[in-house]
Amino acid sequence: MDLIRYFLRRLVLSALVVLGVTAMVFVVAQVVPSDPAALYAGPRPNAEQIAKAREALNLDAPLPERFAHFAHAMATGDFGVSYKSRRLISEDLGVYLPATLELAVFSTGLALLLGIPSGVVAAARRGSFLDRFGGLGSIAAVAMPTFFLAMLLQVVFAQWLDILPLSGRMSREFSVIDPLRPVTGFNLIDAVLAGRPAAFWDAFLHLILPALTLASYPAGVAMRLTRSAMIEILQRRHIVAARALGLSEPRILFGHALPNAVGPALTVIGLSFAYALTGAVLVEIIFAWPGLGRYVSEAILSKDFPVIAAATLVVTLCYVVMNLIIDLAQAMVDPRVALS
Amino acid sequence: MPMLEIEGLSVTFGHSTGQVRAVREVDLQISRGAIHGLIGESGCGKTMTGMSLLGLLPEGARIGAKRFRFDGMELRDVAASLRGRRIALISQDPAAALNPVLSIGRQMDDVLRSHRSAPRHERRAEAVELLAATGLPDPERVLKSYPHQLSGGMQQRVVIAQALATGAEFLIADEPTTALDVTVGAQVLALLKRLVAERGLTVLMITHDMDVVAEVCDRATVLYAGLTVEEGPTEAVLASPRHPYTQALLAALPDGARKGQRLAAIEGRIPPPQDEIKGCAFAPRCPKVMPVCATVSPPDRQVGQRRWLCHLEEGTIG
Amino acid sequence: MKALFNRLGPAGSLSLAIILLFVFVAMFAPLVSPYPGQGAGSPNIAAKFRAPSADFWLGADHLGRDMLSRVIFGARVSLTTGFLIVALSLLIGLPVGLAAGYFGGWVGEILMRVTDIFLAFPALLLAVLLAAALGAGMLNCIIAVAVTWWPWYARMARAEVLVLRGQPYVEAARLMGVSHARIIVRHILPGAVRPLGVQAALDVGPALLTASALSFLGLGILPPTADWGQMVNAGRGFFPDRWWYSTAPGLAIFIVALAFSVLGDALRDKSEGRSHADA
Repeated sequence: MDLIRYFLRRLVLSALVVLGVTAMVFVVAQVVPSDPAALYAGPRPNAEQIAKAREALNLDAPLPERFAHFAHAMATGDFGVSYKSRRLISEDLGVYLPATLELAVFSTGLALLLGIPSGVVAAARRGSFLDRFGGLGSIAAVAMPTFFLAMLLQVVFAQWLDILPLSGRMSREFSVIDPLRPVTGFNLIDAVLAGRPAAFWDAFLHLILPALTLASYPAGVAMRLTRSAMIEILQRRHIVAARALGLSEPRILFGHALPNAVGPALTVIGLSFAYALTGAVLVEIIFAWPGLGRYVSEAILSKDFPVIAAATLVVTLCYVVMNLIIDLAQAMVDPRVALS
Repeated sequence: MPMLEIEGLSVTFGHSTGQVRAVREVDLQISRGAIHGLIGESGCGKTMTGMSLLGLLPEGARIGAKRFRFDGMELRDVAASLRGRRIALISQDPAAALNPVLSIGRQMDDVLRSHRSAPRHERRAEAVELLAATGLPDPERVLKSYPHQLSGGMQQRVVIAQALATGAEFLIADEPTTALDVTVGAQVLALLKRLVAERGLTVLMITHDMDVVAEVCDRATVLYAGLTVEEGPTEAVLASPRHPYTQALLAALPDGARKGQRLAAIEGRIPPPQDEIKGCAFAPRCPKVMPVCATVSPPDRQVGQRRWLCHLEEGTIG
Repeated sequence: MKALFNRLGPAGSLSLAIILLFVFVAMFAPLVSPYPGQGAGSPNIAAKFRAPSADFWLGADHLGRDMLSRVIFGARVSLTTGFLIVALSLLIGLPVGLAAGYFGGWVGEILMRVTDIFLAFPALLLAVLLAAALGAGMLNCIIAVAVTWWPWYARMARAEVLVLRGQPYVEAARLMGVSHARIIVRHILPGAVRPLGVQAALDVGPALLTASALSFLGLGILPPTADWGQMVNAGRGFFPDRWWYSTAPGLAIFIVALAFSVLGDALRDKSEGRSHADA
């Protein structure tokens, strides 16, 4: 009962947040920029073209009306046309969003895979070399500028060792010569659907470096959160009881203690996903990853505000939905969350 | 040969300012098939003694003993390998002893799987059988539930079933009824007694409750400040306590059937574990204290089946 | 001095020393850098891409400017940016949080909902959007990041106020008819400022890190002014052959951010230890 009430409350709040977010994006993208009409009208517009553009963009209408119009368009998926390419933004998003989501999901998984076991081991072997080394690594991961890390990884793994591709999402072989048919937009899944293991492997290799870049910070946070949670949990009486019943140490750590740390793990998922979505702006440029981040950064250079607005809104929406899901999962795992 | 032989057990923690003696000198002999009570106020070293048998002392603890043997083996060497195999623990406060996020079925199976390589469905059948043996109705349903869905008594039965699942013949029951209400506690005690008889188990019953001792224990050892101060057959110890501390414990008991009372009615406090003890540890609280008690360690008196540690002659006691 | 060292531990003390060193160097950049003119931006084409040597400790960039001087002048800009972001965020967040916590009710509710909306954005993305709308430049970069940053202080301030509001002396002041403004300034603010101040000081590192990301994207400080993020980006095209170009400013960001992070840990560990001892 409490859970349902909590769910509804969170849903309403999220809806309000989405409305607020839309309003902010509207203000920043349509009100702040000095003259959208001039941008819309194209290079070196004459007065007549600008007047036409003002009309097309409905710039002379009062603000509330313009906002209502904007919100309605966004809600119906009508993101308008790019100033620069004149392409439908919704179509572009359909191509770029899956690429970014694939990267975000993959890097989130990587962050958990790296951070949680190392946090568990650090907690179990407190004060050991592993613990100290991990602690140092996690602090370093948090302080490292994403863009610099990306460059270092490229040099080490793609240029010196030459074991991973430098950039891009797939080799020419699978993107140009004999392209993978996009079904879900997630290359890994599409490769499986098409039954092409070589394409899957290629897509996987291309994912590793950008995902590692995006995973380093959340992995560091995951390790620290897991470590402190596990240290507390390992002192609980049911862990002593499990030891007294002769359970092996790995089973106690991963089978009995770790399931009690679901809360922190969920927090990390949210954080990691958010980090991947925002870090995409930086990482996608460096790795030439054809996703929303690169789309936005190119739009920034050409002051293509409809594109920036649409991409920001879509990414933020993903973020809000993700947070909602995580909050609900937290409440389901720990009913006390719903009561507070 | 007794199953458990302990002589002069001490558990100490190193400290820059001096040693902390959680257990000073405990003697304990338990023969096969017995339920042996270990009684004392909290902080007297009962639980530490129990944990030392399991090799589960906190980090930095050091064990010293003249004799520390289980079934003829040196316990210091084998405690870790016997734990959960031949020696198992029934923890106090079952609500804390069960993992809140795992189902009972999973927790039972984890124990069974750690000891036998039987296929899954056999382990499940065994889990059902063990839960049924502890008197839980509808074991199938219990397996599917989580700890918070069970009552305290049911949780304690699950904890007992887990201990049985290890196949251990020696159980350490650490205050198994303290967290339960009186009638449920009595049922759990009756269950333990029955299981001991049916399965030929041996139990070390750690408790602060004289009534628990009276109800199920064959013999009893009284601890004070980490020292064994009296030992003997339960009836004898209860009927004619030799040590003034045991007498005080019994005198502090309220009349009638009110159980589960803390032993708080004795004036004064246990000497803290970091203190060096001169003479008799109980002297500062003893109603029969003599000048000699403050300076000389009391003699170890042994008469028939009974032992106690006191300056008083047998004739002057009681 | 010794007490401070004891409080922070070796790692924390070293971090503080590093931060102070960077601040010192930034303040006296024209005096401590070997080639102040180049640090400020004037080219020196003859030394184009000179590798690290006795003359150019950290090498030279594509215009032949001494990287060490550039990094030192960059410290000025980067640290100032980080500091101003935090200051501006406090300036917005603190009053909002104080008001939300002190007045509560629908005022507090509305203020916190607005805060939630700002927090609902992935921070860097909102900053990018704002910086794009405002145009590049240091001030705009500071505003863009501060807009995503202040809600944290609003939340923190509110939480502090909620605790302080219940204190007997605050209740007493209210019963005696002291004005709201006076209660906030005299009784609530001093209690809330300390924890927020410590957090804000430690946030200069992460703020600088975020600002450097904007600069890297070309949305922050523009050349010829030296800025670390912008320098990493400028050197990217020559990486790794002229590795020193990107590495020098990249490491500078890393070291400063690391120092703030370690210092924060040292302070937190200490206060946790203290609260345990108090209990």
